[in-house]
Amino acid sequence: MWSWVLHRITGVAIFFFLLVHILDTALVRVSPEAYNAVISQYQTPIMGLGEVALVGAIVFHAFNGLRIIAIDFWNAKYQRVLFYVVIGLWVVTMLAFVPRHLINVFSH
Amino acid sequence: MTSALAAPRSPYARAPRKNGVNWEKWGWLYMRVSGIVLVVLIFGHLFVNLMVGEGVSALNFAFVSGKLANPFWQWWDVAMLWLALIHGGNGMRTLVNDYATTRVARGILKSAILAAVVILIVLGTLVVFTFDACPAGQPADLLPTFCQAL
Ligand code: HEM
Repeated sequence: MWSWVLHRITGVAIFFFLLVHILDTALVRVSPEAYNAVISQYQTPIMGLGEVALVGAIVFHAFNGLRIIAIDFWNAKYQRVLFYVVIGLWVVTMLAFVPRHLINVFSH
Repeated sequence: MTSALAAPRSPYARAPRKNGVNWEKWGWLYMRVSGIVLVVLIFGHLFVNLMVGEGVSALNFAFVSGKLANPFWQWWDVAMLWLALIHGGNGMRTLVNDYATTRVARGILKSAILAAVVILIVLGTLVVFTFDACPAGQPADLLPTFCQAL
């Protein structure tokens, strides 16, 4: 059940980010200055931490989504094991991403 | 929330429809097929924009126009745009069906989701395909270096 709750919450969070993200990217059609002014807001320390949360949500939703697909088309017997696989893959992916991202955020 | 839930496995209040297209089934399948494609598109997107080089701190107009001048990234981004918005919009529709209790609330919320999805798909697609990587009269240091060769 917790995998379902997390899948819903991350899905909604990503959806609202996507709405904003398409609007900010659309500024490339307005002017270089307008785009750079807004994108520099993504490069602050606080937003850097927000990006860690966002990537964490996307990575969980992606791996757990693949787990749902595997359960539906293949076999529900392994759903609990697969949940631990999702957690494990999430930890590994975040270990690859977070240190590198924080260095990029805090060394500029 | 005073309406009582029916006992499990009681017969449907309304008889299920027997003919016509089963849209719910196609929606269910779409969530899964688009999900698999989105894993590739989104992980590639995040890797190129946040992991390669200096990641988030290297993002600016010159970086984006360098990508969008290339048809490969144009189609990558447009595919991601359409698949993710329809997947997310359909997912949000499921949540509205689950949590909004009145017919009017469901109607308003689903109309809002549909409007947001359609407007952003049109906007995003126009941006990607009408984009000018080297807009005239702009300071050269804000533009990608290949603009100088023009
Ligand atoms: C990264 C690749 C993704 C995968 C593999 C994936 C997979 C899935 C799957 C399998 C479902 C379940 C659908 C069902 O139960 O019928 C789902 C639901 C959902 N997804 Fe995704 N998805 C991905 C990306 C996204 C993105 C980018 C968004 C936001 C725009 C999103 C938002 C949602 C929402 C709101 C739901 C509904 C949650 C629910 O019904 O409980 N997903 N996803």
